[in-house]
Amino acid sequence: MELLKRLSASGRRLLLGVVVTAFAVVASACDTNVGPQDYLSPEGPVARKADGLWDLTFGIAVAIFVIVEALLVYTIIRFRRRPGREAAQFHGNTKLEVILTLIPTLILAGLAVPTVKAIADLSDKPEGALNVTVTAKQFWWQYEYPDAGVVTANEMHVPTGQPVYLTLEGADVIHSFWIPKLTGKQDVVPGRKNNMYFVADRPGTYWGQCTEFCGLSHANMRLRVIAQEPADFEQWLAEQQEPAAGTVSGAAAQGQEIFMGTCVNCHAIGGTEARGTTGPDLTHFASRETFAGSMFRNTPDNLKRWIDNPPGVKPGAQMPDYGLSAQEIDAVVAFLQTLK
Amino acid sequence: MATAALQQPRRSIFARPTATTGWYSWVTTVDHKKIGIMYGVTAFIFFLLGGLEALAIRAQLAVPNGEVLTAEVYNQFFTMHGVTMIFLVVMPMGVAFFNYFAPLMIGARDVAFPRLNALSYWIFLFGGIFIYSSFFLGGAPDGGWFGYAPLSTQAGQDAASGLADRGMDFYAVGLQFLGIASLAGAVNFIVTILNMRAPGMTLMRMPVFIWMTLVVSFLLLFAMPIIAVALFELMFDRLFGTRFFAASAGGDPILWQHLFWLFGHPEVYILILPAMGIVSEVLPTFSRKPIFGYAAVVFAGAAIGFMGWGVWAHHMFAAGLGPVANSAFALSTMFIAVPTGVKIFNWIGTMWGGSLRFTTSMMFSIGFIAMFIIGGLSGVTHAIVPHDAQQTDTYYVVAHFHYVLFGGALFGIMSGFYYWWPKIFGHRLSEKIGKWNFWLWFIGFNLTFGPMHIVGLQGMPRRIYTYPDGMGWNVWNMMETVGSFMIAVATLIFLFNVAVSRRKGREEAGADPWDARTLEWSIPSPPPEYNFAEVPVVTHRDEFWHRKYFVGPGKTVEPVFSGGAVDHSEHAEHDGGHHIHLPSPSYFPVVAAFGMLVSAYAVIFALPAVAIGILIMTLGFFGWVFEPGTAE
Repeated sequence: MELLKRLSASGRRLLLGVVVTAFAVVASACDTNVGPQDYLSPEGPVARKADGLWDLTFGIAVAIFVIVEALLVYTIIRFRRRPGREAAQFHGNTKLEVILTLIPTLILAGLAVPTVKAIADLSDKPEGALNVTVTAKQFWWQYEYPDAGVVTANEMHVPTGQPVYLTLEGADVIHSFWIPKLTGKQDVVPGRKNNMYFVADRPGTYWGQCTEFCGLSHANMRLRVIAQEPADFEQWLAEQQEPAAGTVSGAAAQGQEIFMGTCVNCHAIGGTEARGTTGPDLTHFASRETFAGSMFRNTPDNLKRWIDNPPGVKPGAQMPDYGLSAQEIDAVVAFLQTLK
Repeated sequence: MATAALQQPRRSIFARPTATTGWYSWVTTVDHKKIGIMYGVTAFIFFLLGGLEALAIRAQLAVPNGEVLTAEVYNQFFTMHGVTMIFLVVMPMGVAFFNYFAPLMIGARDVAFPRLNALSYWIFLFGGIFIYSSFFLGGAPDGGWFGYAPLSTQAGQDAASGLADRGMDFYAVGLQFLGIASLAGAVNFIVTILNMRAPGMTLMRMPVFIWMTLVVSFLLLFAMPIIAVALFELMFDRLFGTRFFAASAGGDPILWQHLFWLFGHPEVYILILPAMGIVSEVLPTFSRKPIFGYAAVVFAGAAIGFMGWGVWAHHMFAAGLGPVANSAFALSTMFIAVPTGVKIFNWIGTMWGGSLRFTTSMMFSIGFIAMFIIGGLSGVTHAIVPHDAQQTDTYYVVAHFHYVLFGGALFGIMSGFYYWWPKIFGHRLSEKIGKWNFWLWFIGFNLTFGPMHIVGLQGMPRRIYTYPDGMGWNVWNMMETVGSFMIAVATLIFLFNVAVSRRKGREEAGADPWDARTLEWSIPSPPPEYNFAEVPVVTHRDEFWHRKYFVGPGKTVEPVFSGGAVDHSEHAEHDGGHHIHLPSPSYFPVVAAFGMLVSAYAVIFALPAVAIGILIMTLGFFGWVFEPGTAE
């Protein structure tokens, strides 16, 4: 306290600033308001491996931060100008400089070892993995399960406990596939096949989104990974292999007619003549919770707003506004809801 | 002057400009000090524009599902914010300080190539105007400052990209244009520093700021050609139907990334090293001590310059380069932290044992160190590749590089403003207002960019124009927006300070207001046109300090009996500057630069008109070549 009193006004202000900053940093570190994309609470071994490295690095960084900033603050308080103080005229201290160069070198060398090891570990293809081919398009995701012959969009179903090995293929521009709680990101590059894998420990819905700027609706190119118990997953996969629902009637029949006249150019529905590949495969569309790059919940109202003017509700969406009447849109939505 | 013109055959097309005052003198000047001021003023105007873009971005992101900006405008603003702050603010601010102070600090009367220097400035100004004019010509660049192909090659009419028609054309041509200014400047400063030092100013007696200028100039010399190649390929892909980056035609999008970051990472050091140089001048002055470990600081700067070429792929850890490349670049990225750490220790060592005076300039320099530690440490975390795959392209990275480029480069530049203002304009900036400037800036900065670490770790990606509710990001984003407006207020306070200080206390400064150490303080403020009436002979590092003081027995500092500064004004009086041959003003740099501007527009809008631009440029260079350097 004696030291505080002897501080000049500006020195006290500086100290106050440092204290306020430190307080803000601590307060923010204690915050527990984590969201669905918070990757400091991983839910699978791949993300956990990265998180372990982070904990180590962050710990060291905080220690260095505290020591160096404290040294800085001590220096500016201790050596502030006072009457009668003479500045010591020295030019350096070779021994000290060598030591202070070696210390960070050694710390970084120590960090390098587990880092390189983890890079090597994560680059191996895991055994017994489920293969999924991811194709990224402006602004949605296509998932193909090549062994099961299933194609779906935006929501990837995976079994818990089993590695999921992704082959990422770019279609238009570069995108990046990311499920924060399960794995770090991997770019999806046109002309290249990138690979990554992840494992989900527990059933649940994991959020992710595109993280390489890809145009107007980059912010709206989201995704979900739905992890299920292996038995549930097998059941889901079996359902997806079925063709779409058979005959429809009423409004849905009219919707089907419109669909087969217009939407068919871009969308596929298994078991029908709709085989378009530009847009998402809609075979079991009604079984999905979200649509349009997981931007909207799959509800009749949202579907109506979407079909009425896709680029109006999602900037840059490639699906055009076909100028359907409200009644026609209702019919199409009724038809889509039959695609369980 | 008129007689002089008569005595020799008239070689120039127009009469040689002679004005030394008035706006005309600024257009034709080749004086490095005037050019330095023009660089500074222009860059500051662009800083205000880039800042306005940042405020609009923060307003949009203050709350989830914000509706301030559309996706189109948001993408243009975040792209232009990056392009502006990097190419039109921090780079030219460094050049402004080099221009004004490099000759003064090495005891020279001008740079090696004064007209080339003027050309650099005009190209920079026209390049900035060119890029900004895109807002009125169909939309600004909107593919990110990093311009990743093939998004950047997608044509404007492609509905999905939503890219403005010619935005990325302006990006490709505009940055190419600005690159010419950087290259010309780099050559100029390398030659100036190597060849025009005063007698006795050996390399290891040069101020650290001059060393950093030299390192940055070499970085520019080697980095700009790389981006030039990339930008030409982009321009050809966009305008002339080549397919350098189109995978479907055998091109490779990753090629762009390699070229861009092989330029882009040295660019980071191009941005930060000038600020490190400024801090290395300010700290010794206000600590009344020589810099701690001069050789180590210089070599660390040079080492950063070298190692900076071997880390570029850490921007591409998620691109799929494979484990070997990722491991190699992880290691190089970690170890570039070592020379940076050396500098931090040496700056603290410089203050250690000193007698510290907390002027505004000093506070900005100390703020630089405090903030750069944070930016440096978060930089090391990017080398942890498996975790980088999590944090890359999130706000954590945005936080990191703003701690380096704002907490670092801009704090250093502000420190330089407060430090050298009295030398440039003859009067100090108000210290009282300066303290307000510093504290609001410092707190606002941390409030804006500190929380970005947290939202980044909570999974908020960069470059998104909107985000949904319920992600846990709301509080931090609001905090960031509040902070950004605090920075805006602090910037206005700085402008207020400039205006107020100009009105009062003009006579206050004198040649050496801070009791400083280097040669620029040995001449009057503002310096005469010829800088040094007599070229100084240098016998020490910190030459000016050694003219004022010596370390007596008992290691105490004693004043030299004959007093402080040599009174150059007296010399100047009877000399009148008449026998000093200074380069004369010239029209031709601005003419040549204007020709390039015409060509740049022509490339985008009417290709054959490029010939007109080349004709004007050739006329400019023709006149330039046949015009004697000095009119007399």
